[in-house]
Amino acid sequence: MLSLLGVLFDGLAYGALLFLISVGLSVTLGLMGFINLSHGVFAMLGGYLLVTLMQYAGLSFVACLPLAFVASALLSLALERALYRPLYRSSHLKQVLLTVGIIFVAIACATYFWGPGQQRVALPDALRGQISAAGVDLSWYRLFLVAAGAIITLALVFGLERTRFGARVRASVDAHRTAEAMGIHVDRVFQITFAIGSGLAGLGGALGVNVLGLDPYFALKYLAYFLLVVVVGGPGSIMGTLLAALLLGIADTTAKYYVPEVGPFVIYLAMVVLLLAFPHGLLGRGKAL
Amino acid sequence: MNAIARCAAAIVAVALGIACNLASAAGDTIKVGVLAEMSGTFASFGQQITTGAKAFMKRNGDTVAGKKVELIIRDTTGPAPDVAKRLAQELIVQDDVDFIVGFGLTPNALAVAPIVTEAKKPTIIMNAATSIITTKSPYIARVSFTLAQVTEPMAHWAYKDGLRKVYTAVADYGPGNDAELTFKNAFTKLGGEIVGSVRIPLKNPEFGPFVQRIKDAKPQALFVFVPAGELAIGFMKAYTERGLASAGIKLITTGDVVDDGVIEALGDDVLGVISTHHYSVAHDSPENAAFLASYAQINSTQRPNFMAVGGYDGMAAIYEVARKLNGNIDGDKAMQVLRGMKWTSPRGPIQIDADTRDIVQNVYVREAKKVGAKVYNVEFETFPAVKDPGK
Amino acid sequence: MRGVAAERLTPSVMPHWQALRRRERWRPAEIAFWLGLAAVFFVFPKHLVFASQVLITGLFAMSLDLILGYAGIVTLGHAAFFGLGAYSAGLLAKYGVHEPLAGLLAAAATAGLGGYLSSFLVLRGGDLARLMITLGIGLLLFELANQATALTGGVDGLQGVEIGPIFGLFHFDFLGKVAYLYVLAVSFTLFVLVRALMMSPYGLSLRGIRDNPRRAVAIGVPIRARLTNIYTFAAMIAGVAGALLAQTTQFVALDVLSFQRSADLLIIVIIGGTATLYGGFIGAALFLIAQDRLANLSPEYWLFWLGILLIITTLFLDAGVMGGLLRIETLVRRRFGIR
Repeated sequence: MLSLLGVLFDGLAYGALLFLISVGLSVTLGLMGFINLSHGVFAMLGGYLLVTLMQYAGLSFVACLPLAFVASALLSLALERALYRPLYRSSHLKQVLLTVGIIFVAIACATYFWGPGQQRVALPDALRGQISAAGVDLSWYRLFLVAAGAIITLALVFGLERTRFGARVRASVDAHRTAEAMGIHVDRVFQITFAIGSGLAGLGGALGVNVLGLDPYFALKYLAYFLLVVVVGGPGSIMGTLLAALLLGIADTTAKYYVPEVGPFVIYLAMVVLLLAFPHGLLGRGKAL
Repeated sequence: MNAIARCAAAIVAVALGIACNLASAAGDTIKVGVLAEMSGTFASFGQQITTGAKAFMKRNGDTVAGKKVELIIRDTTGPAPDVAKRLAQELIVQDDVDFIVGFGLTPNALAVAPIVTEAKKPTIIMNAATSIITTKSPYIARVSFTLAQVTEPMAHWAYKDGLRKVYTAVADYGPGNDAELTFKNAFTKLGGEIVGSVRIPLKNPEFGPFVQRIKDAKPQALFVFVPAGELAIGFMKAYTERGLASAGIKLITTGDVVDDGVIEALGDDVLGVISTHHYSVAHDSPENAAFLASYAQINSTQRPNFMAVGGYDGMAAIYEVARKLNGNIDGDKAMQVLRGMKWTSPRGPIQIDADTRDIVQNVYVREAKKVGAKVYNVEFETFPAVKDPGK
Repeated sequence: MRGVAAERLTPSVMPHWQALRRRERWRPAEIAFWLGLAAVFFVFPKHLVFASQVLITGLFAMSLDLILGYAGIVTLGHAAFFGLGAYSAGLLAKYGVHEPLAGLLAAAATAGLGGYLSSFLVLRGGDLARLMITLGIGLLLFELANQATALTGGVDGLQGVEIGPIFGLFHFDFLGKVAYLYVLAVSFTLFVLVRALMMSPYGLSLRGIRDNPRRAVAIGVPIRARLTNIYTFAAMIAGVAGALLAQTTQFVALDVLSFQRSADLLIIVIIGGTATLYGGFIGAALFLIAQDRLANLSPEYWLFWLGILLIITTLFLDAGVMGGLLRIETLVRRRFGIR
């Protein structure tokens, strides 16, 4: 029983990371209908930036996190302008091809600059080791992840529900044209939302180096997971993404622990089943996918 | 479809094809085709093997029996048997190589076996470590090691050390399965107990849940085999992170997990880990010193590991064959020369068994210790002239 | 097409009828293409193994073109059928039936069944759901094969695949000569079949469905049925391609089911040009030859330039190599006034 709690907790931390990285994709997809398979690239950037800054600039782990956020946000603005925007009205096939192309370029660059191996981050001493609570060994770092995930979720929900900007985002997701007709600069809203989402992905990638691993193929390896979280949770829905991410994290970890021979098989099966059962996603808004 | 478009396309295709049709000259060179993993997760395998081979050529010159020795290196990109098979075919048919060598990973070696049998090309395994490889073709000889060979001594040592309850964790492919089976058989025959075993997938390894499971089973020790390099690092990370050492679970492994190439990256967490293997950089012998010096001339920042020694010794075997055959490499004659060949390698005395064409060598028990400021696997016990069990 | 009664060919219908008949005929360039492929046997005797793999990939790409170019279904998991075919043929040969043609039939049957069953999942929902489901099915099969080591050999690959001589007469030789002719014969046969199908009213209706589904429904085209059976048919061809690979290499590696294979295939079809049937072969040739050359220099370079190519193609070039060639062709025709 206790080991189950430990596993659940691990799954929670894993889910928190998936949420951080995928929430940006969810909003992007819900807002613009743009299939961005290269979302993982922003997470990669955050991760590699963290590793590089810590190694060469000697910055502390905590100091690098906001930098990861900012860098990914800036990169996303540049990419959006140059590459994504021309294809908003295009076929999904083209969007898929473009973003797959971006992934390939990212893999090649990452291999060139950092080599093909896994990156490692030296955690600050405060976050190392484990704490024993109620008989279960919980790692400090995963506690930190869960806490960070919770705080950011609250911030996002607050931002969406209580601020003017949030209201604009919600309006744009639900009724694109009407929102435009009402004078909301949907394009501007989208750019800012995209930047925030990508920044969060960068943050998630930086936080996830020690849990998810970081190598040049990161964006490709986890692509299915990110898409799964977004699609199952329902594009455009933050709570849906959170729910889906936590479920996926827990399911994956539990399956690997109790039935390691089967492992990721369970996840992919779950994906197909859930997609068929919930064509709108678990909490999705809008039309069927 | 339109006429001109078609013709243009056909011309383009043919032109590209011609551009690729490079003719190769024969005659005064002994061509050695090297199939190794030069990119991807297992890139370090190929790097070590090829650098080791080059180190030998640096030390002994690149001419033997009046002919120049040329290495033709091809990248298998990882565990990709179909790529390896095609590359082997191309090396034989297009480049007309005299030897096929390399093989960081078992699946690639297995795929190539039927090709070298049909083409009668002497093939030298420089790293791959599953026992059955040498049985797949009469033209295959091995200079590396087998997992069974280095695992059996570990079972003996573990029992002697007082361990009775051991959990095994191996990577799920040829060598891993060999290691698991060998350890289980040897250890239980002595009277020990395997309290649990798990096989970890090779391609997408996530060690966290596996290691947690092991911790909860509370064995006295954990016997591990994962391929050297990235996976070993990942495993050690999970091991320390979950606090298995402080939970009293001793770590016993084969040398792959603590191989010289990555041992420094493991930090202080690796100190005290006991492993069995056929080569350590800290091995005290003149041959080893010469090897290390040559290697450093080619790559001074990377520490060589057992794969580099495999490359080094593989070339030694090739040179000897070339000398004995006066540069005229015939498949059957080459195999005759290779059978029973013995010499002193940087690792210690080695021999290629006359019947099985597999390697016979010393296996050392080592402990990861600090020597000066750096960590090394220091040998403290030797099992001499170990053959591959079960052959 | 041929058997239309004379009285139905009214003056208003006649020019369209003639245009359709003209499309059906084999162009000289097409004949040159296939003769050229046959000539490869004599011109590049040392590269036949590679040439076989190019042909196999071309066949596989053609099968994707059927559903992507002609029916408009975007899939990220087409390798699933390729893998199903490869393993079927491999396992059949491993467990006693060495006749290669039997292997092809088994592969077509298995892959076709897989295609039929999954068509119900795939044809629901919009583009994104389809992408996810096809991706999911592909990954699922990969994991299944990865875990079922007793059956598939896992990472080590399926060993012991022994292929007997074709018709009991032609042994597969080391240089790949018989293999190449075998692959060429099978590809050509399937191609002729597919070509006839796509030139027929059935093929035209598919294009109608792709371009304007609502109108297609309005004129009475049974969309679900057509898409289901073209998807199944494409799966069968992909399965045969997989079987050819298994038989000619006498080995089945795990990555016949990989995502990389599906993604590469998508790129190949796009580069070659969709809905052209030949686009698959051209794309496969260009892609594989470029990959062979560039990956030798450095695998990272290959991925990098492939990515750049993709980005540029999607942003600027619309119809792939075939489209570009077609445009050149139109320009030349206009210049020289050729009809």
